[in-house]
Amino acid sequence: MIRDKNYIHKTSAIPNSFIHRNLWSGMLFGLGLIAFVDEVVFHQLLHWHHFYDKATTVIGLISDGFFHALSWFATVGSLFMVADLRRRKHWLPLRWTSGVLLGAGIFNLYDGTIQHKVMQLHQIRYNVDILPYDMAWHITSGIMIIIGITLYIHSGRIIKSTGANPENA
Amino acid sequence: MLNQPMVHESQLHVHPVYNHFLLGFPFLLMLAIYLLGVVISNRSYKKWPLYRTVFMIAGVICCLTAISRPVAGRSHADFIGHMMVHLLLGMLAPLLMVFAAPITLVLRALPINYARKGSKVLKSKFFRFIGDPLTASVLNIGGLWLLYTTDLFAKMQQNGMVHLFVHSHVFLAGFVFTAAYISDDPPSHRTSFVYRGIVLVIALASHSILSKYIYAHPPDGVPDRQAQIGGMLMYYGGDLIDLVIIFVLCYKWYKAYRPRPNMQQRVYDIK
Repeated sequence: MIRDKNYIHKTSAIPNSFIHRNLWSGMLFGLGLIAFVDEVVFHQLLHWHHFYDKATTVIGLISDGFFHALSWFATVGSLFMVADLRRRKHWLPLRWTSGVLLGAGIFNLYDGTIQHKVMQLHQIRYNVDILPYDMAWHITSGIMIIIGITLYIHSGRIIKSTGANPENA
Repeated sequence: MLNQPMVHESQLHVHPVYNHFLLGFPFLLMLAIYLLGVVISNRSYKKWPLYRTVFMIAGVICCLTAISRPVAGRSHADFIGHMMVHLLLGMLAPLLMVFAAPITLVLRALPINYARKGSKVLKSKFFRFIGDPLTASVLNIGGLWLLYTTDLFAKMQQNGMVHLFVHSHVFLAGFVFTAAYISDDPPSHRTSFVYRGIVLVIALASHSILSKYIYAHPPDGVPDRQAQIGGMLMYYGGDLIDLVIIFVLCYKWYKAYRPRPNMQQRVYDIK
C-alpha cells in the first residue's frame, strides 16, 4: 500500500465531515461509473441491453429515468467534490476508492435484481439462457461490494493509526 | 418507412404563419438589440466580453437553423425532424443564450432610471416565481409531457397558430429553465446549490422518462419507427445538453465553495 509522506500529515487535519465526504463522493462516482459502463458496453457496444422492453413496468421506467439522470449528475458532481477535497488537502484516496466500489457494487446489485428482474426494465441479453448472465452479474456486484467493505475497513485503520479522528475511522 | 409523411402534404398549406422570414424576424431583432446593447454598454462600462457576444450569435444561428426550410420543412414531414427542431430551439439555443447573459447586458445599456425599473420588475414576485428551478422545470418539462401525451401534438400539426404558440413556449421555457439553474443574469441564483441539484435531477429524469414513453407510445399520427428514433434522439441529445448544464452548475458550486483561509481554515488549525 502506498502511503506518501504527506498522507499522514494531511489526515491529521481532516475534520470528520470531510472524511465522510470522501466516502460519499466515491460512492456517487461509483454509481456514475457503473451506469456509464452499462450504457457504453451493454447498450452501445454489445447491443445486449435494449433501450426499451415491452415488459417494463411504469415504476421501472421511472426508476430508470431517475437513475439515468442521477448517474450523470453523480459523475460530474463527485469529481468536483474530489477537486474540492484536494484543494483543501482533505482527499483520502483509499477511503474514496472504497466508496467507488461500494457505490458501483450496490447500484449494480440494484440494477441486476430490482430493475432487471422485478421491474422488468430489460434483460442482460436476449434469446439466450439468462441464468449464467444473471449469476455473473450478481457475483460481480458482490465482489465489488466485498472489496469495497475491505478497503473501507483498511482505510479506517490507516486513518486511525495516523492518530486523527479515531472515532470516525 | 422512415420518410413516410406524418401529415399529408395537402395539410401543410394550413400553415399561413409559417413564413420563414416572419418567424426569423424576432430572433434577428433579438440579435440586433443585443449588438446595439454591446455598443452602448462599451461606451460607459468595461468592455463586454467577446465570448458572450459569440454565444448570442451562435444561439441565434441555432434558432434560425431550427426554423430554416430544410429543418422546419422536415419537421412537418416527420417526427425525427420535429425532434431536431425541439432540441435546437428548446435546449441548445437557450443554453447558448444563457451564456450570453442578455439581461445583464440590457440593464447595462439602458439609461440608469430605466435599468432600475427593469431590475425592480425582474425582482418582483412573479419573476421570482417563474425563475424558481421548480416552476421553470414544470413549465418546461411539464409542457413537453402535455404536448406529447395529449392530442396537442396532433392539433399543432394542423393549426398554424397552435404550432407557433408551442414553439414559442418550447423556446421561452427552455431559456427560463436553463437560466434558473446556471444563469449569470439577475435575478436567478437565489436558490441553494443542493436545491437546484435535486430539482435538476428530477427534471432530467422526467425528460428521460418522457423520451422512453414516446418510444413506446407514439403521439397521435406518428408511425412507430419515427417515434422510436425521435424518442432516442430526445433521450441522448438531451443527455449531451444536460451534461453541460450539470457541469456548469457544479463548477459554480466549486467556485462559490472555495475555502477561505481567514475563516474556516483557521478554525480547523485551532482544532
